This record gives sequence, C-alpha cells and structure tokens, in this order.
Amino acid sequence: MLTATAIAVDGLGFAAWLFLSSVGLTLIYGVMKILNIAHGGFYALGAYSSAWAIGVYTTTGSTVALTFLLIPLAALIAGAVAGLIVERGVLKFMYGRDEVLMVLVTYAIFLILEDVTKLIWGTQSYVAWQPAFYFGTVEIFDIPYTVYKFITIGTALVVGVSLLLVLNRTRVGKLLLVVIEDREISGALGINVNLFFTVTFVSGAILGALGGAITAPEISVSPGIGAEIVVLSFAVIVIGGMGSIGGAMIGALIVGFARAASVHLYPPAELFSIYLVMAAVLAVKPYGLFALAESRKI
Amino acid sequence: MTKHLDRTELGLLIALPFLILVAFILPKWIVNYVHVSMGTGLVALGVMIQMRAGLVSFGQGLYFCVGGYAAGLMAKFLGVTDFFVLLASGIVAALILSSLLGFLLRRYREIFYAMLTLAVSMILFGLLSSTEELGSTDGFNLPTPSYLGWHPEGETSRLTLYTLTCCVAIGCAIVLNRFLKGPTGYVNEAIRENELRVEYLGTSARQAVHITYVLAATVSAIGGVLWALPLGHVDPEMTNWTTSGQFVFVSILSGTGNIVAPMIGTFILEIVRVYAVEISPNTWQMILGTMMLLTIIFLPKGLWSLFGGKKKSGKSAGADAPTAGE
Repeated sequence: MLTATAIAVDGLGFAAWLFLSSVGLTLIYGVMKILNIAHGGFYALGAYSSAWAIGVYTTTGSTVALTFLLIPLAALIAGAVAGLIVERGVLKFMYGRDEVLMVLVTYAIFLILEDVTKLIWGTQSYVAWQPAFYFGTVEIFDIPYTVYKFITIGTALVVGVSLLLVLNRTRVGKLLLVVIEDREISGALGINVNLFFTVTFVSGAILGALGGAITAPEISVSPGIGAEIVVLSFAVIVIGGMGSIGGAMIGALIVGFARAASVHLYPPAELFSIYLVMAAVLAVKPYGLFALAESRKI
Repeated sequence: MTKHLDRTELGLLIALPFLILVAFILPKWIVNYVHVSMGTGLVALGVMIQMRAGLVSFGQGLYFCVGGYAAGLMAKFLGVTDFFVLLASGIVAALILSSLLGFLLRRYREIFYAMLTLAVSMILFGLLSSTEELGSTDGFNLPTPSYLGWHPEGETSRLTLYTLTCCVAIGCAIVLNRFLKGPTGYVNEAIRENELRVEYLGTSARQAVHITYVLAATVSAIGGVLWALPLGHVDPEMTNWTTSGQFVFVSILSGTGNIVAPMIGTFILEIVRVYAVEISPNTWQMILGTMMLLTIIFLPKGLWSLFGGKKKSGKSAGADAPTAGE
C-alpha cells in the first residue's frame, strides 16, 4: 500500500514535470513540423534564470511568497527573448526545408544555447530550494511530500487544459488548426502564417522555459540538464504521438509512472525503463498512440 | 566486385605507409590524436553511409560503445588481451545486436529513424550507468593489448597498436567505399530520392536499409574498439546522445561526398577542440554549433564539396547531402 501510494504520487509528480517540459516541443512540432532539439536549451535557460532570480531575491531577505511570481516571470522573459532570437534570427530563413535538416539546425542551436547558459551563469550549480519548502509538507500514509509538488501538478493541469481550450474554443486556436491543416491555403485565405509561426515558436519556448523554471527549486541546476530533458521529452511526445497535446499528457503519465515504478521497485532500472517503454510503444504503434496515419506521397 | 581500384581506394593505399611513418616523425601528442580520431572517424563513417540513404542516426554512439564494452568485457572477465580477439568480439557483438534491431529500425524513416536510434542508444546508456559491476558512470579500464602471444611493452606496444589501427581503419574505409559504389550503395541513394519508386522497381528498400544499418554498426564497433584500446578506458558516455551528436556533426561538416572526408574531418575537429578548450573552455560547443549552422546554410554538401566537386558533376548525384534538395 505504502509503495503503491508512493508510486502514484511520485508518478503524478514526474508526469507533471515531464508534461510541462515537453508540451512546448509537441506544440512546435504540431504546428511547424520542427522537431526542436533546442528545446533543451530553453529548458535550461528557464531553470537557470529562475534559480538565479530566486537566489538574488532571497538574499534581500524579503518574503519568500513573492518567489512564486518570480518563477513564471523568469520563464516568460527567458523563453520569450531566446525564442524570438532563435525564430527571427535563424529558423525564419529555413522554413519549408526538410524535417531532418531542421533537426540538425535545432541541434546546432542547442549546442550554442548550452554555451550561452555557461557564459551567463558559469559552470557552478545553483540551488534555489526556498520556494519548494515554503508551504511545508503534507503526509500521505506517513510519507512526507512537499506541497510544492502538488502545485507543480496543478500547474501542469492548468497549462494542459488551457492549451486545449485555446486551441479548440477560441478564434485564434481555430485559425491555428487551419494553419496546421494546410499552410498554403490558409495563407491564401488571408491568415498571417508567419505570425502564427513566430507566436507558436515563442510560446513553445516559454513553455519549455517554464518547465525548467518550475523544476529549478527541486533540483540542483547545473550544466547538462538541457541534454537530459531533450531525450526525456522526446520519449514523452513520441509515445503520445508527435504534435498532439492530449498525446503529450498520456505520454507524460506513462513515462512518469514507469519511472516512479522503477524508482520504488527496482532503482537501477530508472533510466532505461523510460526508453524501453518508448521503444515498446513504437514497435507496436510506429507513430505514437494518438498520431493519425499519414498517406505516403509519391 | 571489380578488381579495379578507384581513385579514393588508391589514395588510401598510398596514404597508409605515410600514415604509419608519421608515428615515427611527428611528436607523440599529435600521433595520439591521429590514433584516437581514427577510431571516432570510423563511427562518423558509419553515420555518413546511413546519410547516403537520407537517414540520420542520432544514436551511432550505441555501437561505438558496444564495440568498446565488448572488448572491455572480454578483457575484464575472460582475461583476453589479444588485439585480434578483442576486435573480433566487438564486431560479433555489433553484428548480432544490429541484425536484431535492424528488423525494428528499418521500418522507420526521417525524424522517426533519428529518434528511435537515439532511444535505443539511451537504453544502453541507462543500463550501463546503473550497472555497478561495470563501474556505473565511471566505466572501467582496459589492459594493454597483446598480439598473437606477443606482449610488447612501452613504446613498441604503442607503435604496434598504432600501425594495426591504421591498417584496420584504412581497410574499413576501402570496404565502405566498395559498398557505396556497389548495388546496395546505389539503392540507398535511390531511397533518399524516392523510396516508393524504388519499391515499384522491385527492390526492397527495407532490406537495403537493414544491410546499411548492420554495416554502419559493425564499422562503428570497430571504431569503438580502436578508440578504447589506446585510451585504455571505456565509460557509458560513449553511448550518450551528445556523443552521437558529435558524429552527426562531423558527417554534416565533411559531407557525404567522399569516404575520406569524415576521417579527416574528425582529426581536424579533434585538433581544433584541443586549442578551443584551452583558450576558452566554455565556448567550444558554441563554435561547433555555429560551424554546423554555417555549413548547413552555405555548404549543404559539406566541406568536401569545396574540393574538386565540379569535376564529376555529371555522375555525382550521390555526392548530395542527404537532406539537400526537397
């Protein structure tokens, strides 16, 4: 019972973190057909700027409560600035090129972003634990959990639901779905496709940064976290079907619970269980659980 | 297979004695870089022959690691130190694993191929990082190799290993050159252009991809063994996706035009890295990324296209970068 509860709560916690970190990736792929390796760079930028901002702020000795405003703010600024520079500075010139080529381009950008974070924040670790313990802990079956974990889960839910609502219930969302359906026709209908691309990419970057910013208080922020999250979010969005937000939710839950289960039942399997799940899903459903089959073009 | 040697093969054979001679003339540190980059260069070659079919493997480190670990395990648990046995065990391990995985991977193309190769290599990464018997993330050491019962030491050992590495690496390059000029090599180019038409013409694209995958894996494993022996060490970082990314980087930079390009590219990169890391350690990846972007934008066929690319424009359809055009 104890283990089952632990797996359930930890699984949800992992899933929330994974969903926040990968939903931007799936959004960008869905709209722009770019598998954005640079996403890991946005995640790292978000984590660093959030940890740094919290660190600077807490040295002033003011109330910790305000850090909960700092986290989304840091993500917003870091994601928007980096996303705009990358999209306007590089990707804008590459639209319409081969999908594999775009993977290589974003890989190059990822490498650059890795060093940008090192140049700005150095190579030492940042620890910004204050927000994580501000609300204290709750006990479920004698196991203490930080309230922060539940805030993360709540944030993931809110982000997921509001994205789905925006896409399906608003005018902008419906226009975006038209752009996804057919770029050329929507351009001919008078939709500003390039603007949609820019907005989508920047939103994706902000979401990636938010994933990093929210996680920052729970981990030690150090070089390499970007490279780690890239492969994890690949696993998440591939399992669910790339470009599907609902798919990313399911993917995050599957990967989250797989990881929580292996952490509690057989710790050495923690890392490879995730990729094993991914490979297993792909072996049965080659394009993910929720992807629509595409016809082959001659 | 024709008996006639083409220009590249002739060049490689002529270069072999010079390459070996280099070990006796140039300073030791530079020879070490040549030595090590022959190992990693073979892995870049493995990435490159898949690119000819339009497939980008973001997990070639898997076989680099399998080769190194197969040799390492033989030495660690069976006490084998013979160079040829270690090399053979790397090859056999890669052959078995890639033949099996090939059945899964040959169904995928484009980004799915890239991601699935990445996922498979990360499975091994996770597995090795958590196996304490094999030193977890620290890896373990390899002994100095012996040669058919001969146990040289010190300088002799180093030079013997270097000479054999040169021979094996050049041999692999010639075999791969033959492969690219052979039937499957040409089918691969056709797959990149239009897979469906290849199948309408009665050839199995999946089979060609499978063969290419196994061949690339084998060459990468050989590279892994050749890389691990001079360093005397293996660790899971060999199969991390960032390592695989560097192999992709070299193939993009040097292009798919010629079999020699990735080998030279690896060496140059190795040397640039030494200086870049020394001068400014935190901008090394930035330099890599910028070089890669510039190459993709301005030289889509890689640096190799700068040399004599126009001479064979008539028949050089195969020299195109995998991802150019569209």
